[in-house]
Amino acid sequence: MEAGIVSYGVYVPRHRITPTEIGKVWGVDGAGMGAGLNVHRKSVPAPDEDTITISTEALRTALIRGAIDPQEIGALYIGSESHPYAVKPSATVVAQAVGATPNLTAADYEFACKAGTAAIQTCLGLVGAKMVRYGVAIGTDTSQGAPGDALEYSASAGGAALIIGRERVIARVEDTVSYTTDTPDFWRREGQRYPSHSGRFTGEPAYFRHVTECAHRMMERVHTTPADYQHVVFHQPNGKFPQRVGKQLGFTEAQMRHGLVTPFIGNTYSGAALIGLANVLDHAKPSERILMVGYGSGAGSDAFDLTTTEEIAQFDRSFGPPVEQFLHNGIEIPYATYAKFRGKINMGGE
Amino acid sequence: MTIARFWRETPQRYNLGGAKCTVCQTVYFPPRSVCPSCAQHRQSIGKLEPFHLSGEGEVVTFSVVHDAAEGFEMQVPYVLAIVRTREGPQLTGQVVDVDPKEVKIGLKVRATFRKLREEGKAGVIHYGYKFAPAEDWDGRPPGRGMPAHVPSELPTRPAEGSARA
Repeated sequence: MEAGIVSYGVYVPRHRITPTEIGKVWGVDGAGMGAGLNVHRKSVPAPDEDTITISTEALRTALIRGAIDPQEIGALYIGSESHPYAVKPSATVVAQAVGATPNLTAADYEFACKAGTAAIQTCLGLVGAKMVRYGVAIGTDTSQGAPGDALEYSASAGGAALIIGRERVIARVEDTVSYTTDTPDFWRREGQRYPSHSGRFTGEPAYFRHVTECAHRMMERVHTTPADYQHVVFHQPNGKFPQRVGKQLGFTEAQMRHGLVTPFIGNTYSGAALIGLANVLDHAKPSERILMVGYGSGAGSDAFDLTTTEEIAQFDRSFGPPVEQFLHNGIEIPYATYAKFRGKINMGGE
Repeated sequence: MTIARFWRETPQRYNLGGAKCTVCQTVYFPPRSVCPSCAQHRQSIGKLEPFHLSGEGEVVTFSVVHDAAEGFEMQVPYVLAIVRTREGPQLTGQVVDVDPKEVKIGLKVRATFRKLREEGKAGVIHYGYKFAPAEDWDGRPPGRGMPAHVPSELPTRPAEGSARA
């Protein structure tokens, strides 16, 4: 494949809450819950942040780092399950806010946590076919778990924007493959505020089956084994699942190290695998091979085989915070502030 | 604010789109079609070009708001500041991602893209610029501000109420 990642940017809101703090409210051993999920803190968006603002910040960083004229963007897709509008695209606001309008195609994607990787595949097709010069794939979410639900300990906010192109590629996409079935492990019906999930069913028949099958198919297609990769990134609904699936597939802790970000910022849903990949790119040197496997409930996986190029050595990462800054900084807030920020307090009225 | 009015001001609110007089180099925000700084105003007609502010600036003065305007109740106490941009124009905007106690005159800030207000639960959502401290959490330049080459397809017609000198 001729196309690949030309630039990338990440944005994670500044506020954090710990599982201990959440557990205190619901009479649960929050620290134990956090340890079980391997989530130590999760990010919380401010009242004036949503999928559109997070995507815009991430893309502005990517454009400046790559010194790319936004008018050269021919396609822009935002994958999210928390688009602010049910009808009216997030993509048009983001495109306008970065100065990419009007000569581009744009749309919003939704596929639980893997809409961002689906956007990458679309962009690879358009860029590879030379229909556009640059395509933008964004994965962002500000997802919520119902108060007291297990999801509340992990559902967080953040996003990453990847600019896909053919010139000055820092990470070439060698190939991509998908694995998709109808598996009802997690959903949110129209008009419902919080998602529902089928408990333990979200594990073996859903996440593990799809990620494992997709990773195997990817490695078969490009004739690789886990030992051929310097880095591996999995979708990470918590910090535990990706570690387990990585071990099952034969990857080591060292290969998974940079791609695992959920323990520090929580599950950013559509942003999770992309932020993990961004952290890998923050650390990668030329000629390193990366396997990324996304997962979205409902269910499907997209896998990507990438190789960093010589260009990454010259890539200007000086603009915008490195992913590690988002992982290790932030302001911790109490549950009451979190409840206020996330609109969990009934203010009366409608 | 009507949807149409807000939509007309999108270039300013989203991208800090102003205008620059090519005769005397003065930058205006919002954009103008006549330059009041030029000795003969007529001389500047047709000489103002679209110009985007970088979003960088410093706090000239500020107020910590405890009695919120409608729609801002969840953000109390919040900081409203006048920011002098690097290019000259002064803008009023909220300063976010900061403890109000840490805001002081001269604080370096950068524009950030945020939700400004919602027209109720079913209405349109308005977005635009706010400001955040320019020094990010560990002193590196933050991931905010404007991309290097924002397009210049902005109308030069002055925004409502901005035609006065």
